[in-house]
Amino acid sequence: MSRCLSARAIDHVLLERGAVANSWRTERWDSLRLLTPNWQSRLPDFGYEGDDPDGYRNMPETIAFLDKYAQVIEAPVQTETAVTSLRCNDNGYQVGTDQGDWHCRTVVLATGACNIPTIPKIADAVPSGIAQLTPNNYRNPDQLAEGGVLVVGAAATGTQLADEIHRSGRPVTLSVGAHIRVPRVYRGRDIEWWMDASGLHDELYSEIEDIVRVRRVPSFQLTGSDERKTLDINALSAIGVKLVGRFAGIHDGKAQFAGSLRNMCNMSDLKMNRLLKTFDEWAEESGMDGEVDPSHRLEATGVEDAPPLGLDLTSGEIKTVIWATGYRPDYSWLELELLDRKGQIKHDGGVVTEAPGMYLLGMQFLRRRKSALIDGAGDDARDLCGHLAGYLANGNIL
Amino acid sequence: MSEVKNGVNVEALLGAREVLEGAPQAGAFTWRAKCEWKDGTHSHSSVEGYFGFGEEQSHKREFTFDADHPELFAAADNGATPIEYVLVGLASCLTAGIAAVAQHREIQLNSVEATLEGGMDVRGILGMDADIRNGFDGIKVSYKIDADADREDIEALVAQSQKRSAVYDVVSNPTNITVVVE
Repeated sequence: MSRCLSARAIDHVLLERGAVANSWRTERWDSLRLLTPNWQSRLPDFGYEGDDPDGYRNMPETIAFLDKYAQVIEAPVQTETAVTSLRCNDNGYQVGTDQGDWHCRTVVLATGACNIPTIPKIADAVPSGIAQLTPNNYRNPDQLAEGGVLVVGAAATGTQLADEIHRSGRPVTLSVGAHIRVPRVYRGRDIEWWMDASGLHDELYSEIEDIVRVRRVPSFQLTGSDERKTLDINALSAIGVKLVGRFAGIHDGKAQFAGSLRNMCNMSDLKMNRLLKTFDEWAEESGMDGEVDPSHRLEATGVEDAPPLGLDLTSGEIKTVIWATGYRPDYSWLELELLDRKGQIKHDGGVVTEAPGMYLLGMQFLRRRKSALIDGAGDDARDLCGHLAGYLANGNIL
Repeated sequence: MSEVKNGVNVEALLGAREVLEGAPQAGAFTWRAKCEWKDGTHSHSSVEGYFGFGEEQSHKREFTFDADHPELFAAADNGATPIEYVLVGLASCLTAGIAAVAQHREIQLNSVEATLEGGMDVRGILGMDADIRNGFDGIKVSYKIDADADREDIEALVAQSQKRSAVYDVVSNPTNITVVVE
Protein backbone atom coordinates (compact mmCIF):
# COMPACT_ATOMS: atom_id res chain seq x y z
CA MET A 1 0.00 0.00 0.00
CA SER A 2 2.86 2.35 0.84
CA ARG A 3 4.38 1.75 -2.61
CA CYS A 4 1.03 2.48 -4.29
CA LEU A 5 0.48 5.62 -2.21
CA SER A 6 4.00 6.86 -3.05
CA ALA A 7 3.38 6.21 -6.74
CA ARG A 8 0.39 8.55 -6.47
CA ALA A 9 2.38 11.02 -4.34
CA ILE A 10 -0.02 10.61 -1.45
CA ASP A 11 1.66 11.66 1.78
CA HIS A 12 1.49 8.85 4.34
CA VAL A 13 3.16 7.17 7.28
CA LEU A 14 3.36 3.49 8.32
CA LEU A 15 2.99 2.85 12.02
CA GLU A 16 4.74 -0.31 13.19
CA ARG A 17 4.58 -1.44 16.83
CA GLY A 18 8.01 -3.10 16.59
CA ALA A 19 10.43 -3.39 13.70
CA VAL A 20 9.48 -4.04 10.07
CA ALA A 21 8.10 -7.61 9.82
CA ASN A 22 7.37 -7.57 13.54
CA SER A 23 5.03 -10.54 13.71
CA TRP A 24 7.45 -12.61 11.61
CA ARG A 25 10.18 -11.69 14.10
CA THR A 26 8.27 -12.27 17.32
CA GLU A 27 5.27 -14.54 16.81
CA ARG A 28 6.53 -17.48 14.76
CA TRP A 29 8.04 -20.82 15.69
CA ASP A 30 11.70 -21.41 14.85
CA SER A 31 11.39 -23.90 11.99
CA LEU A 32 8.51 -22.19 10.19
CA ARG A 33 8.93 -21.54 6.50
CA LEU A 34 6.52 -19.75 4.20
CA LEU A 35 3.82 -21.97 2.75
CA THR A 36 4.19 -20.23 -0.60
CA PRO A 37 7.21 -20.68 -2.90
CA ASN A 38 9.78 -17.91 -3.30
CA TRP A 39 8.63 -16.89 -6.79
CA GLN A 40 5.16 -16.22 -5.45
CA SER A 41 6.01 -13.33 -3.11
CA ARG A 42 5.46 -10.66 -5.74
CA LEU A 43 5.07 -7.18 -4.36
CA PRO A 44 4.56 -3.99 -6.40
CA ASP A 45 7.92 -3.40 -8.20
CA PHE A 46 9.63 -6.13 -6.20
CA GLY A 47 10.00 -9.87 -6.38
CA TYR A 48 12.29 -12.85 -5.97
CA GLU A 49 15.59 -12.72 -7.81
CA GLY A 50 17.46 -15.67 -6.28
CA ASP A 51 18.26 -19.05 -7.81
CA ASP A 52 15.71 -21.09 -5.87
CA PRO A 53 12.30 -19.88 -7.06
CA ASP A 54 10.61 -23.08 -5.91
CA GLY A 55 12.03 -22.97 -2.36
CA TYR A 56 10.27 -21.69 0.73
CA ARG A 57 11.68 -18.83 2.79
CA ASN A 58 12.53 -19.47 6.41
CA MET A 59 11.87 -16.77 8.99
CA PRO A 60 15.18 -14.87 8.73
CA GLU A 61 14.79 -14.85 4.92
CA THR A 62 11.21 -13.63 5.20
CA ILE A 63 12.21 -10.84 7.55
CA ALA A 64 15.13 -9.87 5.29
CA PHE A 65 12.79 -9.87 2.28
CA LEU A 66 10.33 -7.47 3.91
CA ASP A 67 13.15 -5.34 5.33
CA LYS A 68 14.68 -4.98 1.91
CA TYR A 69 11.35 -4.09 0.35
CA ALA A 70 10.80 -1.36 2.96
CA GLN A 71 14.24 0.05 2.01
CA VAL A 72 13.82 -0.26 -1.74
CA ILE A 73 10.51 1.57 -1.79
CA GLU A 74 11.68 4.00 0.90
CA ALA A 75 8.61 3.27 2.98
CA PRO A 76 8.06 5.98 5.60
CA VAL A 77 7.91 3.54 8.50
CA GLN A 78 7.78 4.81 12.04
CA THR A 79 8.91 1.79 14.05
CA GLU A 80 8.43 1.11 17.76
CA THR A 81 5.10 2.89 17.61
CA ALA A 82 2.12 1.00 18.95
CA VAL A 83 -1.34 2.20 17.99
CA THR A 84 -3.48 2.52 21.11
CA SER A 85 -6.65 4.10 19.74
CA LEU A 86 -8.47 4.94 16.54
CA ARG A 87 -11.41 7.33 16.54
CA CYS A 88 -13.12 9.84 14.26
CA ASN A 89 -12.39 13.54 14.38
CA ASP A 90 -13.75 16.51 12.40
CA ASN A 91 -11.55 15.92 9.35
CA GLY A 92 -11.16 12.18 9.35
CA TYR A 93 -9.43 10.07 11.94
CA GLN A 94 -7.32 10.47 15.01
CA VAL A 95 -4.82 7.69 15.64
CA GLY A 96 -3.46 7.51 19.15
CA THR A 97 -0.05 5.87 19.63
CA ASP A 98 2.42 5.49 22.45
CA GLN A 99 4.50 8.06 20.52
CA GLY A 100 1.81 10.71 20.20
CA ASP A 101 -1.28 11.28 18.08
CA TRP A 102 -1.73 11.35 14.31
CA HIS A 103 -4.53 13.02 12.39
CA CYS A 104 -5.41 11.75 8.95
CA ARG A 105 -8.16 11.88 6.38
CA THR A 106 -7.78 8.24 5.48
CA VAL A 107 -6.48 5.22 7.34
CA VAL A 108 -5.55 1.72 6.20
CA LEU A 109 -5.78 -1.11 8.72
CA ALA A 110 -3.11 -3.62 7.74
CA THR A 111 -2.83 -5.29 11.13
CA GLY A 112 -3.92 -8.62 9.71
CA ALA A 113 -6.23 -11.45 10.65
CA CYS A 114 -3.88 -13.39 12.90
CA ASN A 115 -3.22 -11.30 16.01
CA ILE A 116 -4.68 -13.39 18.81
CA PRO A 117 -4.75 -17.19 18.86
CA THR A 118 -8.32 -18.45 19.19
CA ILE A 119 -8.57 -20.87 22.08
CA PRO A 120 -11.83 -22.72 22.71
CA LYS A 121 -13.51 -22.42 26.11
CA ILE A 122 -12.78 -26.05 26.95
CA ALA A 123 -9.17 -24.97 27.56
CA ASP A 124 -10.32 -23.77 30.99
CA ALA A 125 -11.09 -27.37 31.96
CA VAL A 126 -7.65 -28.76 31.06
CA PRO A 127 -6.11 -30.13 34.28
CA SER A 128 -3.61 -27.69 35.79
CA GLY A 129 -0.61 -30.01 35.50
CA ILE A 130 -0.73 -29.82 31.71
CA ALA A 131 1.10 -27.01 29.91
CA GLN A 132 -0.93 -25.15 27.29
CA LEU A 133 0.64 -23.36 24.34
CA THR A 134 -0.48 -21.56 21.21
CA PRO A 135 1.37 -21.20 17.90
CA ASN A 136 2.31 -17.69 19.09
CA ASN A 137 4.36 -18.82 22.05
CA TYR A 138 5.50 -22.23 20.78
CA ARG A 139 9.08 -22.03 19.47
CA ASN A 140 10.45 -25.58 19.25
CA PRO A 141 10.00 -29.03 20.81
CA ASP A 142 12.80 -28.48 23.37
CA GLN A 143 10.52 -26.04 25.09
CA LEU A 144 8.09 -28.89 25.90
CA ALA A 145 8.24 -31.41 28.72
CA GLU A 146 9.08 -34.96 27.72
CA GLY A 147 5.90 -36.97 27.19
CA GLY A 148 2.74 -36.87 25.17
CA VAL A 149 1.42 -33.81 23.36
CA LEU A 150 -2.15 -33.20 22.26
CA VAL A 151 -2.20 -30.92 19.22
CA VAL A 152 -5.66 -29.50 18.57
CA GLY A 153 -6.36 -28.50 14.98
CA ALA A 154 -5.18 -29.97 11.68
CA ALA A 155 -4.80 -27.01 9.37
CA ALA A 156 -1.32 -25.90 8.25
CA THR A 157 -0.17 -25.01 11.76
CA GLY A 158 -1.48 -28.06 13.62
CA THR A 159 -0.09 -30.54 11.11
CA GLN A 160 3.34 -28.89 11.04
CA LEU A 161 3.62 -28.78 14.81
CA ALA A 162 2.36 -32.37 15.12
CA ASP A 163 5.05 -33.50 12.67
CA GLU A 164 7.91 -31.62 14.34
CA ILE A 165 6.92 -32.50 17.90
CA HIS A 166 6.27 -36.19 17.21
CA ARG A 167 9.68 -36.46 15.52
CA SER A 168 11.26 -35.01 18.66
CA GLY A 169 10.23 -38.16 20.54
CA ARG A 170 7.11 -36.71 22.19
CA PRO A 171 4.17 -38.87 21.06
CA VAL A 172 1.53 -36.66 19.46
CA THR A 173 -2.23 -37.10 19.43
CA LEU A 174 -3.79 -34.87 16.79
CA SER A 175 -7.37 -33.70 17.16
CA VAL A 176 -8.79 -33.29 13.66
CA GLY A 177 -11.77 -31.14 12.71
CA ALA A 178 -12.55 -29.59 9.34
CA HIS A 179 -9.39 -29.25 7.26
CA ILE A 180 -8.35 -28.71 3.65
CA ARG A 181 -6.05 -31.40 2.30
CA VAL A 182 -3.88 -30.64 -0.73
CA PRO A 183 -0.72 -32.19 -2.16
CA ARG A 184 2.34 -29.90 -2.00
CA VAL A 185 3.26 -30.85 -5.54
CA TYR A 186 0.69 -31.98 -8.10
CA ARG A 187 1.62 -33.24 -11.56
CA GLY A 188 5.13 -31.95 -10.95
CA ARG A 189 4.12 -28.39 -10.05
CA ASP A 190 3.63 -26.67 -6.71
CA ILE A 191 -0.02 -26.48 -5.65
CA GLU A 192 0.45 -22.72 -5.49
CA TRP A 193 1.49 -22.73 -9.15
CA TRP A 194 -1.81 -24.41 -9.99
CA MET A 195 -3.80 -21.96 -7.86
CA ASP A 196 -2.02 -19.07 -9.56
CA ALA A 197 -1.84 -20.27 -13.16
CA SER A 198 -5.43 -21.55 -13.30
CA GLY A 199 -6.68 -18.20 -12.08
CA LEU A 200 -8.21 -19.54 -8.86
CA HIS A 201 -6.10 -17.18 -6.75
CA ASP A 202 -7.43 -14.22 -8.73
CA GLU A 203 -11.10 -15.08 -8.21
CA LEU A 204 -12.84 -11.99 -6.87
CA TYR A 205 -14.88 -11.82 -3.68
CA SER A 206 -17.80 -10.50 -5.70
CA GLU A 207 -17.84 -13.73 -7.74
CA ILE A 208 -18.20 -15.98 -4.71
CA GLU A 209 -21.66 -17.19 -3.73
CA ASP A 210 -21.20 -17.42 0.03
CA ILE A 211 -18.22 -15.18 0.77
CA VAL A 212 -18.87 -15.16 4.55
CA ARG A 213 -18.40 -18.93 4.67
CA VAL A 214 -15.43 -18.95 2.29
CA ARG A 215 -13.62 -16.34 4.38
CA ARG A 216 -13.74 -18.75 7.32
CA VAL A 217 -12.36 -21.81 5.50
CA PRO A 218 -9.22 -23.14 7.24
CA SER A 219 -5.80 -22.79 5.61
CA PHE A 220 -4.47 -25.38 3.18
CA GLN A 221 -2.73 -28.24 4.97
CA LEU A 222 0.72 -27.30 3.66
CA THR A 223 4.30 -27.06 4.76
CA GLY A 224 7.38 -25.56 3.14
CA SER A 225 10.35 -27.95 3.05
CA ASP A 226 13.39 -28.71 0.92
CA GLU A 227 11.85 -32.03 -0.14
CA ARG A 228 8.59 -30.23 -1.03
CA LYS A 229 6.86 -32.93 0.96
CA THR A 230 3.10 -33.29 1.37
CA LEU A 231 2.19 -33.12 5.03
CA ASP A 232 -1.30 -34.57 5.27
CA ILE A 233 -3.05 -36.82 7.77
CA ASN A 234 -1.65 -39.92 6.06
CA ALA A 235 1.91 -38.60 6.38
CA LEU A 236 1.34 -38.00 10.08
CA SER A 237 -0.23 -41.43 10.62
CA ALA A 238 2.78 -42.98 8.89
CA ILE A 239 5.19 -41.61 11.52
CA GLY A 240 2.89 -42.74 14.34
CA VAL A 241 0.83 -39.65 15.17
CA LYS A 242 -2.46 -40.81 16.73
CA LEU A 243 -5.64 -39.34 15.24
CA VAL A 244 -8.75 -38.37 17.15
CA GLY A 245 -11.85 -36.36 16.20
CA ARG A 246 -12.63 -32.74 16.92
CA PHE A 247 -11.99 -31.79 20.56
CA ALA A 248 -15.54 -31.64 21.90
CA GLY A 249 -15.26 -31.35 25.66
CA ILE A 250 -13.62 -32.33 28.93
CA HIS A 251 -15.53 -34.31 31.53
CA ASP A 252 -13.96 -35.44 34.82
CA GLY A 253 -10.50 -34.71 33.43
CA LYS A 254 -11.17 -36.82 30.38
CA ALA A 255 -10.95 -35.23 26.93
CA GLN A 256 -13.86 -36.11 24.66
CA PHE A 257 -13.51 -36.25 20.91
CA ALA A 258 -16.25 -36.17 18.29
CA GLY A 259 -17.07 -39.33 16.40
CA SER A 260 -16.95 -37.41 13.13
CA LEU A 261 -13.28 -38.02 12.25
CA ARG A 262 -14.10 -40.27 9.31
CA ASN A 263 -16.47 -37.76 7.76
CA MET A 264 -14.00 -34.91 8.29
CA CYS A 265 -11.35 -36.88 6.38
CA ASN A 266 -13.77 -38.08 3.69
CA MET A 267 -14.97 -34.57 3.13
CA SER A 268 -11.44 -33.30 2.85
CA ASP A 269 -10.55 -35.99 0.30
CA LEU A 270 -13.65 -35.18 -1.75
CA LYS A 271 -12.84 -31.45 -1.74
CA MET A 272 -9.24 -32.11 -2.69
CA ASN A 273 -10.27 -34.35 -5.57
CA ARG A 274 -12.71 -31.71 -6.78
CA LEU A 275 -9.91 -29.14 -6.72
CA LEU A 276 -7.52 -31.46 -8.59
CA LYS A 277 -10.25 -32.14 -11.15
CA THR A 278 -10.60 -28.39 -11.66
CA PHE A 279 -6.85 -28.21 -12.31
CA ASP A 280 -6.99 -31.17 -14.72
CA GLU A 281 -9.79 -29.53 -16.67
CA TRP A 282 -7.95 -26.22 -16.75
CA ALA A 283 -4.75 -27.95 -17.93
CA GLU A 284 -6.63 -29.58 -20.77
CA GLU A 285 -8.45 -26.41 -21.83
CA SER A 286 -5.37 -24.22 -21.61
CA GLY A 287 -3.14 -26.62 -23.51
CA MET A 288 -0.92 -27.14 -20.45
CA ASP A 289 -1.59 -30.90 -20.37
CA GLY A 290 1.66 -31.72 -22.15
CA GLU A 291 3.71 -29.38 -19.97
CA VAL A 292 2.93 -31.14 -16.70
CA ASP A 293 3.10 -34.71 -15.42
CA PRO A 294 0.11 -37.06 -15.85
CA SER A 295 -2.98 -36.64 -13.70
CA HIS A 296 -3.14 -38.72 -10.54
CA ARG A 297 -4.98 -38.95 -7.25
CA LEU A 298 -3.72 -39.35 -3.69
CA GLU A 299 -4.61 -42.33 -1.56
CA ALA A 300 -7.75 -41.76 0.51
CA THR A 301 -7.08 -40.61 4.07
CA GLY A 302 -6.81 -43.65 6.31
CA VAL A 303 -8.77 -43.60 9.54
CA GLU A 304 -8.84 -46.54 11.93
CA ASP A 305 -12.19 -48.29 12.37
CA ALA A 306 -12.83 -46.98 15.85
CA PRO A 307 -10.70 -43.93 16.66
CA PRO A 308 -10.53 -43.16 20.38
CA LEU A 309 -13.38 -40.96 21.63
CA GLY A 310 -11.72 -40.12 24.92
CA LEU A 311 -8.32 -39.47 26.44
CA ASP A 312 -7.64 -39.31 30.16
CA LEU A 313 -5.84 -36.02 30.76
CA THR A 314 -5.14 -36.94 34.40
CA SER A 315 -3.16 -40.11 33.64
CA GLY A 316 0.11 -38.26 32.99
CA GLU A 317 0.27 -39.44 29.38
CA ILE A 318 -0.35 -35.92 28.01
CA LYS A 319 2.03 -33.24 29.26
CA THR A 320 1.21 -30.45 26.82
CA VAL A 321 -1.79 -29.24 24.85
CA ILE A 322 -1.17 -26.99 21.84
CA TRP A 323 -4.13 -25.04 20.52
CA ALA A 324 -3.69 -24.72 16.77
CA THR A 325 -7.29 -23.61 16.49
CA GLY A 326 -6.92 -20.46 14.45
CA TYR A 327 -6.55 -16.76 15.04
CA ARG A 328 -8.66 -13.66 15.31
CA PRO A 329 -7.76 -10.02 14.74
CA ASP A 330 -7.10 -7.67 17.67
CA TYR A 331 -9.23 -4.53 17.44
CA SER A 332 -8.95 -3.58 21.10
CA TRP A 333 -7.68 -0.13 20.01
CA LEU A 334 -10.59 0.51 17.66
CA GLU A 335 -12.94 3.00 19.31
CA LEU A 336 -15.52 2.87 16.51
CA GLU A 337 -18.51 0.56 16.12
CA LEU A 338 -17.36 -1.25 12.99
CA LEU A 339 -17.43 -4.91 13.97
CA ASP A 340 -19.93 -7.58 13.06
CA ARG A 341 -21.13 -10.07 15.67
CA LYS A 342 -18.14 -12.34 14.92
CA GLY A 343 -15.69 -9.54 15.74
CA GLN A 344 -14.71 -8.84 12.12
CA ILE A 345 -14.72 -5.38 10.56
CA LYS A 346 -17.63 -5.00 8.16
CA HIS A 347 -16.22 -4.21 4.75
CA ASP A 348 -16.88 -4.45 1.04
CA GLY A 349 -13.72 -5.78 -0.55
CA GLY A 350 -11.57 -3.86 1.94
CA VAL A 351 -13.57 -0.64 1.82
CA VAL A 352 -14.82 -0.28 5.39
CA THR A 353 -18.56 0.07 4.98
CA GLU A 354 -19.38 2.35 7.88
CA ALA A 355 -16.24 4.51 7.96
CA PRO A 356 -15.57 6.51 4.77
CA GLY A 357 -11.85 6.80 4.12
CA MET A 358 -11.02 3.68 6.09
CA TYR A 359 -9.60 0.56 4.40
CA LEU A 360 -8.70 -2.96 5.40
CA LEU A 361 -5.84 -5.08 3.99
CA GLY A 362 -4.41 -8.57 4.39
CA MET A 363 -7.57 -10.38 5.42
CA GLN A 364 -8.78 -13.77 4.22
CA PHE A 365 -10.37 -13.35 0.76
CA LEU A 366 -10.55 -9.58 1.23
CA ARG A 367 -10.89 -8.90 -2.50
CA ARG A 368 -9.59 -12.10 -4.07
CA ARG A 369 -8.72 -15.63 -3.06
CA LYS A 370 -5.04 -14.76 -2.62
CA SER A 371 -5.71 -11.68 -0.45
CA ALA A 372 -4.17 -13.14 2.71
CA LEU A 373 -0.95 -14.13 0.89
CA ILE A 374 2.04 -11.83 0.49
CA ASP A 375 1.35 -12.29 -3.21
CA GLY A 376 -2.17 -10.92 -2.80
CA ALA A 377 -1.19 -7.66 -1.12
CA GLY A 378 -0.14 -5.93 -4.33
CA ASP A 379 -3.36 -6.28 -6.32
CA ASP A 380 -5.50 -5.46 -3.29
CA ALA A 381 -3.38 -2.42 -2.44
CA ARG A 382 -3.56 -1.15 -6.04
CA ASP A 383 -7.36 -1.47 -6.03
CA LEU A 384 -7.86 0.10 -2.63
CA CYS A 385 -5.29 2.83 -3.24
CA GLY A 386 -7.30 3.81 -6.31
CA HIS A 387 -10.43 4.03 -4.19
CA LEU A 388 -8.59 5.97 -1.51
CA ALA A 389 -7.19 8.46 -4.03
CA GLY A 390 -10.69 8.98 -5.40
CA TYR A 391 -12.00 9.59 -1.92
CA LEU A 392 -9.33 12.22 -1.25
CA ALA A 393 -9.85 13.88 -4.64
CA ASN A 394 -13.60 14.17 -4.17
CA GLY A 395 -12.98 16.10 -1.01
CA ASN A 396 -15.31 14.03 1.07
CA ILE A 397 -15.07 15.11 4.64
CA LEU A 398 -16.83 13.22 7.38
CA MET B 1 -34.92 -21.79 -11.93
CA SER B 2 -33.65 -25.31 -11.71
CA GLU B 3 -35.52 -28.28 -13.11
CA VAL B 4 -34.48 -30.37 -10.14
CA LYS B 5 -37.38 -31.42 -7.92
CA ASN B 6 -36.55 -33.14 -4.65
CA GLY B 7 -39.43 -31.49 -2.86
CA VAL B 8 -37.19 -29.29 -0.70
CA ASN B 9 -37.94 -25.58 -0.72
CA VAL B 10 -34.36 -24.35 -0.76
CA GLU B 11 -35.42 -20.77 -1.46
CA ALA B 12 -37.38 -20.75 1.82
CA LEU B 13 -34.38 -22.15 3.71
CA LEU B 14 -32.06 -19.57 2.19
CA GLY B 15 -34.65 -16.90 3.02
CA ALA B 16 -34.65 -18.06 6.65
CA ARG B 17 -30.86 -17.74 6.66
CA GLU B 18 -31.14 -14.16 5.49
CA VAL B 19 -33.72 -13.30 8.14
CA LEU B 20 -31.57 -14.87 10.87
CA GLU B 21 -28.53 -12.92 9.69
CA GLY B 22 -30.35 -9.77 10.78
CA ALA B 23 -32.09 -11.28 13.81
CA PRO B 24 -29.84 -14.04 15.19
CA GLN B 25 -31.92 -14.35 18.39
CA ALA B 26 -34.78 -15.76 16.30
CA GLY B 27 -32.56 -18.77 15.64
CA ALA B 28 -33.06 -20.02 19.22
CA PHE B 29 -35.35 -23.04 18.97
CA THR B 30 -36.54 -25.42 21.69
CA TRP B 31 -37.67 -28.88 20.72
CA ARG B 32 -39.89 -30.80 23.12
CA ALA B 33 -41.19 -34.28 23.71
CA LYS B 34 -43.45 -35.78 26.35
CA CYS B 35 -43.30 -39.31 27.60
CA GLU B 36 -45.73 -41.29 29.73
CA TRP B 37 -45.08 -44.68 31.26
CA LYS B 38 -47.66 -47.29 30.36
CA ASP B 39 -46.64 -50.63 31.79
CA GLY B 40 -43.45 -52.61 32.06
CA THR B 41 -40.91 -51.08 29.70
CA HIS B 42 -43.67 -49.71 27.49
CA SER B 43 -43.98 -45.94 27.25
CA HIS B 44 -45.96 -43.61 25.08
CA SER B 45 -44.30 -40.43 23.81
CA SER B 46 -45.62 -37.49 21.87
CA VAL B 47 -44.42 -34.32 20.21
CA GLU B 48 -46.52 -31.38 19.13
CA GLY B 49 -45.44 -27.92 20.28
CA TYR B 50 -42.01 -26.36 19.93
CA PHE B 51 -40.54 -22.89 20.18
CA GLY B 52 -38.87 -21.13 17.26
CA PHE B 53 -38.59 -17.83 15.36
CA GLY B 54 -39.42 -16.05 18.62
CA GLU B 55 -42.75 -17.71 19.37
CA GLU B 56 -44.59 -20.90 20.21
CA GLN B 57 -45.08 -23.10 17.20
CA SER B 58 -46.95 -26.30 16.60
CA HIS B 59 -46.79 -29.29 14.29
CA LYS B 60 -49.83 -29.81 12.07
CA ARG B 61 -50.90 -32.44 14.59
CA GLU B 62 -49.56 -34.44 17.51
CA PHE B 63 -47.22 -37.29 16.60
CA THR B 64 -46.96 -40.26 18.93
CA PHE B 65 -44.43 -43.03 19.48
CA ASP B 66 -44.63 -46.23 21.45
CA ALA B 67 -41.39 -47.54 22.83
CA ASP B 68 -40.82 -50.86 24.49
CA HIS B 69 -38.35 -53.72 24.42
CA PRO B 70 -38.55 -56.99 22.49
CA GLU B 71 -39.79 -60.28 23.87
CA LEU B 72 -36.20 -61.44 24.02
CA PHE B 73 -35.91 -59.16 27.06
CA ALA B 74 -39.13 -60.61 28.47
CA ALA B 75 -40.94 -57.40 27.49
CA ALA B 76 -44.20 -56.95 25.60
CA ASP B 77 -42.69 -55.44 22.44
CA ASN B 78 -45.28 -52.70 22.08
CA GLY B 79 -42.92 -50.56 20.06
CA ALA B 80 -39.38 -49.96 18.89
CA THR B 81 -36.65 -49.92 21.53
CA PRO B 82 -35.52 -46.41 22.50
CA ILE B 83 -32.09 -47.03 21.01
CA GLU B 84 -33.74 -47.90 17.69
CA TYR B 85 -35.42 -44.49 17.82
CA VAL B 86 -31.93 -43.03 17.93
CA LEU B 87 -31.11 -44.86 14.70
CA VAL B 88 -34.38 -43.64 13.20
CA GLY B 89 -33.56 -40.07 14.25
CA LEU B 90 -30.08 -40.25 12.76
CA ALA B 91 -31.29 -41.86 9.52
CA SER B 92 -34.10 -39.41 8.95
CA CYS B 93 -31.93 -36.42 9.79
CA LEU B 94 -29.15 -37.46 7.40
CA THR B 95 -31.64 -38.34 4.69
CA ALA B 96 -33.44 -35.02 4.97
CA GLY B 97 -30.06 -33.33 4.78
CA ILE B 98 -29.14 -35.25 1.63
CA ALA B 99 -32.37 -34.08 -0.05
CA ALA B 100 -31.81 -30.48 0.98
CA VAL B 101 -28.17 -30.40 -0.11
CA ALA B 102 -29.04 -32.16 -3.38
CA GLN B 103 -31.71 -29.57 -4.10
CA HIS B 104 -29.29 -26.76 -3.36
CA ARG B 105 -26.65 -28.32 -5.60
CA GLU B 106 -29.26 -29.01 -8.27
CA ILE B 107 -28.86 -32.78 -8.18
CA GLN B 108 -31.99 -34.81 -8.93
CA LEU B 109 -32.48 -37.70 -6.50
CA ASN B 110 -34.30 -40.76 -7.81
CA SER B 111 -34.07 -42.96 -4.73
CA VAL B 112 -32.31 -42.83 -1.39
CA GLU B 113 -32.22 -45.77 0.98
CA ALA B 114 -30.31 -45.98 4.23
CA THR B 115 -29.58 -49.03 6.33
CA LEU B 116 -28.33 -48.45 9.85
CA GLU B 117 -26.63 -50.74 12.30
CA GLY B 118 -25.60 -49.90 15.81
CA GLY B 119 -23.50 -52.44 17.68
CA MET B 120 -23.92 -52.84 21.41
CA ASP B 121 -22.75 -55.21 24.11
CA VAL B 122 -25.80 -55.54 26.36
CA ARG B 123 -23.65 -56.54 29.30
CA GLY B 124 -23.20 -52.77 29.64
CA ILE B 125 -26.86 -51.94 30.30
CA LEU B 126 -27.19 -55.05 32.44
CA GLY B 127 -24.51 -53.61 34.70
CA MET B 128 -22.24 -56.62 34.33
CA ASP B 129 -19.01 -54.85 33.42
CA ALA B 130 -18.18 -51.22 34.14
CA ASP B 131 -15.72 -51.19 31.22
CA ILE B 132 -18.52 -51.81 28.71
CA ARG B 133 -20.46 -48.70 27.80
CA ASN B 134 -24.24 -48.66 27.75
CA GLY B 135 -24.54 -47.11 24.34
CA PHE B 136 -23.51 -48.11 20.88
CA ASP B 137 -19.88 -49.05 20.31
CA GLY B 138 -20.34 -47.58 16.84
CA ILE B 139 -22.98 -46.84 14.24
CA LYS B 140 -22.74 -47.85 10.61
CA VAL B 141 -24.91 -46.09 8.04
CA SER B 142 -25.01 -47.41 4.46
CA TYR B 143 -26.65 -45.40 1.74
CA LYS B 144 -27.90 -46.62 -1.62
CA ILE B 145 -28.50 -43.54 -3.71
CA ASP B 146 -29.71 -43.26 -7.27
CA ALA B 147 -29.25 -39.69 -8.46
CA ASP B 148 -28.44 -37.81 -11.63
CA ALA B 149 -24.83 -37.20 -10.54
CA ASP B 150 -21.52 -38.98 -10.50
CA ARG B 151 -20.32 -40.99 -7.54
CA GLU B 152 -18.06 -38.24 -6.15
CA ASP B 153 -20.90 -35.73 -6.14
CA ILE B 154 -23.15 -38.23 -4.39
CA GLU B 155 -20.47 -38.92 -1.78
CA ALA B 156 -20.10 -35.17 -1.29
CA LEU B 157 -23.86 -34.91 -0.64
CA VAL B 158 -23.65 -37.54 2.05
CA ALA B 159 -20.57 -35.91 3.58
CA GLN B 160 -22.15 -32.45 3.65
CA SER B 161 -25.33 -33.86 5.16
CA GLN B 162 -23.30 -35.29 8.07
CA LYS B 163 -21.62 -31.94 8.53
CA ARG B 164 -24.97 -30.16 8.87
CA SER B 165 -26.99 -32.80 10.72
CA ALA B 166 -28.36 -32.03 14.20
CA VAL B 167 -28.76 -35.66 15.19
CA TYR B 168 -25.32 -36.61 13.85
CA ASP B 169 -23.92 -33.82 16.02
CA VAL B 170 -25.82 -34.95 19.11
CA VAL B 171 -24.75 -38.55 18.65
CA SER B 172 -21.12 -37.86 17.77
CA ASN B 173 -20.46 -35.14 20.37
CA PRO B 174 -20.99 -35.02 24.12
CA THR B 175 -24.07 -33.09 25.26
CA ASN B 176 -24.84 -31.90 28.76
CA ILE B 177 -28.03 -33.48 30.06
CA THR B 178 -29.89 -32.22 33.13
CA VAL B 179 -32.53 -34.52 34.55
CA VAL B 180 -34.61 -33.22 37.47
CA VAL B 181 -37.45 -34.61 39.51
CA GLU B 182 -40.23 -32.04 39.97
